[in-house]
Amino acid sequence: MHTLVGPLLVFVLLLNLFLLGTSRLTAVINASAAQGVILGALTLCVHEGFGVWMVLITIVTILVKGVLIPGMLLRAIRDAAIRREIEPFIGFLPCLLLGALGTGASLIFARTLPLAKEHVASLLVPAAMATVWTGFLVLTTRRKAINQVVGYLVLENGIYIMGLTLLHAMPFMVEMGVLLDLFVGIFVMGIILNHIRREFSSLDTAHLSALKE
Amino acid sequence: MLLLHVLLPILFCGLAFVIRSNEKRPWLLPIGGGIHFLFTCAILFGKAPAPADAWLGLDPLNKVVLGFLSLLFFLCSVYARGYLVGRPKQPNRIFTASLFAFLGMLTLATLAQHLGLMWVAIEACTLSSAPLLYFNQNPRSLEATWKYLLIGSVGIALALLGSYFLAYSALHGGMSASLFFRDLVGEATHLSHPWLRASFILLFVGYGTKMGLAPMHTWKPDAYGEAPGLVGALLAGGLTTAAFLAVLRFFQICNAAHDVAFARSMMVTIGLFSMALAAVFMVRQRDYKRMLAYSSVEHMGILVLGIGIGGAGVFGSLLHFINNGLTKGVLFLAAANIHRAYGSKRVEDVSGAIRRLPVTGALFLAGFFAITGSPPFGPFFSEFTILRAAVSGGRFWVAGLFLAMLFVVFVGMSSTVFAVVQGEPSARASQSGYKDNFFTLAPIIVFLGLVLLLGVYLPYPLSHALQQAAGFIEMNP
Repeated sequence: MHTLVGPLLVFVLLLNLFLLGTSRLTAVINASAAQGVILGALTLCVHEGFGVWMVLITIVTILVKGVLIPGMLLRAIRDAAIRREIEPFIGFLPCLLLGALGTGASLIFARTLPLAKEHVASLLVPAAMATVWTGFLVLTTRRKAINQVVGYLVLENGIYIMGLTLLHAMPFMVEMGVLLDLFVGIFVMGIILNHIRREFSSLDTAHLSALKE
Repeated sequence: MLLLHVLLPILFCGLAFVIRSNEKRPWLLPIGGGIHFLFTCAILFGKAPAPADAWLGLDPLNKVVLGFLSLLFFLCSVYARGYLVGRPKQPNRIFTASLFAFLGMLTLATLAQHLGLMWVAIEACTLSSAPLLYFNQNPRSLEATWKYLLIGSVGIALALLGSYFLAYSALHGGMSASLFFRDLVGEATHLSHPWLRASFILLFVGYGTKMGLAPMHTWKPDAYGEAPGLVGALLAGGLTTAAFLAVLRFFQICNAAHDVAFARSMMVTIGLFSMALAAVFMVRQRDYKRMLAYSSVEHMGILVLGIGIGGAGVFGSLLHFINNGLTKGVLFLAAANIHRAYGSKRVEDVSGAIRRLPVTGALFLAGFFAITGSPPFGPFFSEFTILRAAVSGGRFWVAGLFLAMLFVVFVGMSSTVFAVVQGEPSARASQSGYKDNFFTLAPIIVFLGLVLLLGVYLPYPLSHALQQAAGFIEMNP
């Protein structure tokens, strides 16, 4: 099982780059869903023993990050009839380059960190940093409100990977609480998105600029 | 016992959904808030202390916070009854339920003794307060809610990353990976310092976003500007206090690990920067609710500045969060009454508030003097304590900048406040038939009375509790 961790994390990093380079919203959401499923699988792989709690966390993670949240987002874009992100604040190619640079930098940076013995050779910490960086890029460079939600999700995914280094330390209830908060958070954002669409007939955040000094 | 304290508001949250009548439902608020407050008093002053439960527990620090939050919510809930009855056409089911959910999560965040549980509770506070911001259901409040949710969620996500870093710091230090605060403080000397520092930075940025410290404050003017006044009072006094409690807990861990110099300098810098930025935006501010939001940014800066200075500054900061929260209650609720009467929060449209609403206008003016640190109100003494701590610590530059910024804020705020309060009532004054009544006045008067009391006389139980809390933060096991 442990041998799967590396390949799965590489897959997560590739999905990061895919997220940064594509303009189709369904593809972006599906990529984040795929990431969620991989994270669930990683939870099992990182730990040798199969505990009941580990299996439960895996199932709930896959359910929340891989099925429920992407489902809500896909429904939102279907209702709003939007397919593409047009005119992001930074173009797709520069964004992709920034993402690749960030990934490289986190791989190098992680070597200089004082890590515990079991994590020195593992990709977990650099992958977490690279994914957090990707989340930030998506969050700040895209115009469509829904893409910002995806950016937030990817950011959370990165943090989740960091959390995998500490599965023994975080009690089960807290892990569940974090996932529940994430789910409710996206749910509330979904409701607000719906109101934005009804109010402005669009999900472009350029409409949300009435409040300023 | 303590768990019951968290579940009580959740029960009322459920009741709010069950009750069908839009006119009767607001009564739940003062009832629920009152019971919560009585319960808090019983816990704090009861002969038998509540058993130290593993996950929820009382310590000298959160005792003070819990008492304050419960009082704040109770007074705001009395006001809420008056406010909601005055707006009979607006459905208030979700609003009432969210208020109780917010109270429940706030209580949980205060009592939580576990790093992860506290994070979950504070994030839940944010989520339950989002519907409160959207009460008016117009494009402007929509925008404010969106920004609040997105910025708040990203900030709190960073705090989660910081929590993981702190846990990693324990793991790397070879500790049993317990994330209870008492264990982290008790074994702090074993923590791995590079990870501890990284985690403090992330946690400070993350929970600082919730507090509304500059430069992470951008959601604040929009949210406080568009939300009903009572929500502003609850956020400015409640949510920010919970986030401040979180910052204090991590500061305590750094202190116990004997690695606190960098945390202190960071807090002093961010504190002064928040004050400076707020001062800049308060000068010539044309929107009196946004002005209050910037005032909140300023006072959050003062809070972390006091902690950063240390010594008596810690005591001053703890006293100041109470003073600031109570005074914000006066200002936000009075501003809400003025807003209701004039139907506008722009200075151009509003003047002569003291004639249109004599009591509210006077309270607003008194609140302004209190918050800008005029004697004999409470904030004067807490700010003075922080100033004295800076001077006696030999940090004359910090003290000088602190004073200069307080002065700029006073001047900036006064032009807006006087424009609202003085003069002939503007044409808009007669637009709505709003009149002050018991429910919309009594809470403000009590708030102001408490602010005045804390300025003239600090009761022994409170000063003793604050001393204990300050000692608790700076303790070295």
